[in-house]
Amino acid sequence: MSMKLSTRQVDGVTIVDCSGRITLGEGSVMMRDTVRDLLSKGNKKIILNLGDVNYIDSSGIGELVSAFTTTKNQGGELKLLHLTKKVHDLLQITKLYTVFDVKDDEAAAVKSFK
Amino acid sequence: MEQSVSYTLDSTLDTVDHAEQKATRIATELGFAEDEVMQISMAVREGAVNAVLHGNAYAPDKKVILAFEHTPENLVITIRDQGKGINLSNIPNPLAPENLLKTSGRGIFLMRSFMDEVEIRPSQTGTEVKMIKHVHGAAAGGKEGSQ
Repeated sequence: MSMKLSTRQVDGVTIVDCSGRITLGEGSVMMRDTVRDLLSKGNKKIILNLGDVNYIDSSGIGELVSAFTTTKNQGGELKLLHLTKKVHDLLQITKLYTVFDVKDDEAAAVKSFK
Repeated sequence: MEQSVSYTLDSTLDTVDHAEQKATRIATELGFAEDEVMQISMAVREGAVNAVLHGNAYAPDKKVILAFEHTPENLVITIRDQGKGINLSNIPNPLAPENLLKTSGRGIFLMRSFMDEVEIRPSQTGTEVKMIKHVHGAAAGGKEGSQ
């Protein structure tokens, strides 16, 4: 299953609903393009909803890191929502779990932006 | 699966997906648990990415050799490329604080995390990665495995 992304706005926060696989190739490129497009349009409060992401490889992890740092460097904030166990475990072993701001409740995640 | 099987694959992104799919199928057939199947398939995917991108650099005349061999104790997976050979001393630790926010460099780390043994043999004619997953419990034809 390839990756699908859709965006929606909730109280000034952009939520990117991701599903499928974030892997080398199409999935990683889609993620990169979407985040860059959001930032270029001034959307700097971003939540990546990964609840339906069933697979992620090292390239996908790299894209999450890139999205996080790119957003931060532009004065924005990017948070992760609804990690599956697989993604959660991957972020744990790569020590990235504490780097990202990870949420498991959408409403609370939206409210948490400054 | 047969006791051993080998594939010669092109240096393309499709190869990465195919390698992962073959690993998933073989590990499943051998009776590995679901989380172990995921670990094996991801390790193979990372190895294939390294072979296609960093080893062969997508060169159409260079191939990736992917081999699976199973014994009552182990699933042994070998991935060989035809590149210039990786320099093992240049691989940074992705868990070091200064590397944590790098966007690449986690492939070998994940392979080592998910497999029981990983041996990397670089040479001037390519790099060979040998990965072993020990058989536990009912895996590999239902035989009792070692630790």
